[in-house]
Amino acid sequence: MAWTREQMAARAAQELKDGFYVNLGIGIPTLVANYIPEGISVQLHSENGMLGTGPFPFEGEEDADVINAGKQTVTELPSTSYVDSASSFAMVRGGHINLSILGALQVAENGDLANWMIPGKMVKGMGGAMDLVAGVKRVVVLMEHTAGGKPKLLHRCTLPLTGAGVVDMVVTDLAVFDVDRRGGGMTLLELAPWVTLAALRAVTEADFAVAPALKAA
Amino acid sequence: MAVNKVYPDAVAALAGVIRDGMTIMAGGFGLCGIPTVLIEAIRASGARDLTFVSNNAGVDDGGLGVLLQSRQVRKMISSYVGENKIFAEQYLAGELEIEFNPQGTLAERIRAGGAGIPAFFTKTGVGTVIAEGKEVREFDGEKYVMERGLRAELAIIHAWKADPEGNLVYRKTARNFNPMMATAAAVTVVEVEELVPLGSFDPDHIVTPGIFVNRIVKLDSVVKRIEQRTVRKRVAA
Repeated sequence: MAWTREQMAARAAQELKDGFYVNLGIGIPTLVANYIPEGISVQLHSENGMLGTGPFPFEGEEDADVINAGKQTVTELPSTSYVDSASSFAMVRGGHINLSILGALQVAENGDLANWMIPGKMVKGMGGAMDLVAGVKRVVVLMEHTAGGKPKLLHRCTLPLTGAGVVDMVVTDLAVFDVDRRGGGMTLLELAPWVTLAALRAVTEADFAVAPALKAA
Repeated sequence: MAVNKVYPDAVAALAGVIRDGMTIMAGGFGLCGIPTVLIEAIRASGARDLTFVSNNAGVDDGGLGVLLQSRQVRKMISSYVGENKIFAEQYLAGELEIEFNPQGTLAERIRAGGAGIPAFFTKTGVGTVIAEGKEVREFDGEKYVMERGLRAELAIIHAWKADPEGNLVYRKTARNFNPMMATAAAVTVVEVEELVPLGSFDPDHIVTPGIFVNRIVKLDSVVKRIEQRTVRKRVAA
């Protein structure tokens, strides 16, 4: 039984550690903010120039000058700071952000990531995605395992890359994988309930090893 | 006679600096912190074949979208243009050129341009189409791609408050690209919500010093649009 979007977000949230500065992408990754584990403190970074991003405002309290990178209205926290775009990306490109959780169109077993353009379709642009995957210390991809029945975890990406050798972990609706972006190679860490290894392999093009703990289970 | 940087309106502030085919930087992220009234004045000028350096291209009826409507834009240098149907139509018809830059690379190119730095190396884009045709060099075992500093003939920006010297402060996330763009153009024109007397700012809190600002327009009224209004419900205590 596949995990829901909420369960995927909750699983990704387990990668958060106390004191982390974290950038969440648009879509399912945004949900991760709802599952920050009790007792830990993280600051959310919005690349448009806000560090310490708060929840959506109450109705009637929206401020057009307080938005996140998805252009959604958000709120300030006591810890919030505002910076210009160059300083915001210095946090990203200088390796100061601990963790980035983002969506993907394709991930390859060597850690390559494609999430910004589909040839033949109108290209909207990469926004800050290339900076995030190149600069953030640890990159976790949160995505559906397949698209239209086709695998998204591949030997090599067929779409234009957002970054080469940049992904550290993939959480899908079926499984969790560790990716060794330096040495290359994926390892299956967790399977969703009632999903068999054979069923997973049938919808995964990428080669992967199976973690010893999972083999024993 | 002392220099007067304060102009009566946006049209006056842009007089003599706009011409066909020029490159203009325009501040803002989405519709947040965009120089709305200066964009309207560029529309009124009728200048054509313009190249804009701007993170986004506005929406169909807002931001730089109004200059796409009037077909005054030939090229955009941006990181994301997803919210604009007119943009898509003109691009697919071959009427509009687009140069995509990763957002951090775009911000740093402008910062570098303003600081007299002709080029720099960054990890962003290594191994992607962005690095094609550019020098890639290894530093300390990692690959980096060379990107060029960026300058423009004109920058139009939005700030919260100015004093008559041109010292500026911004409001919250409306700061975004505005401070870097102020530094990277031959002429910088700012529209502000409030014009305050000299000495009003704590000098420690000034974000853009007046050296980077040539012309100032105080807005009569300020209309700020929200692109994605998101709210949460109040939970009874």
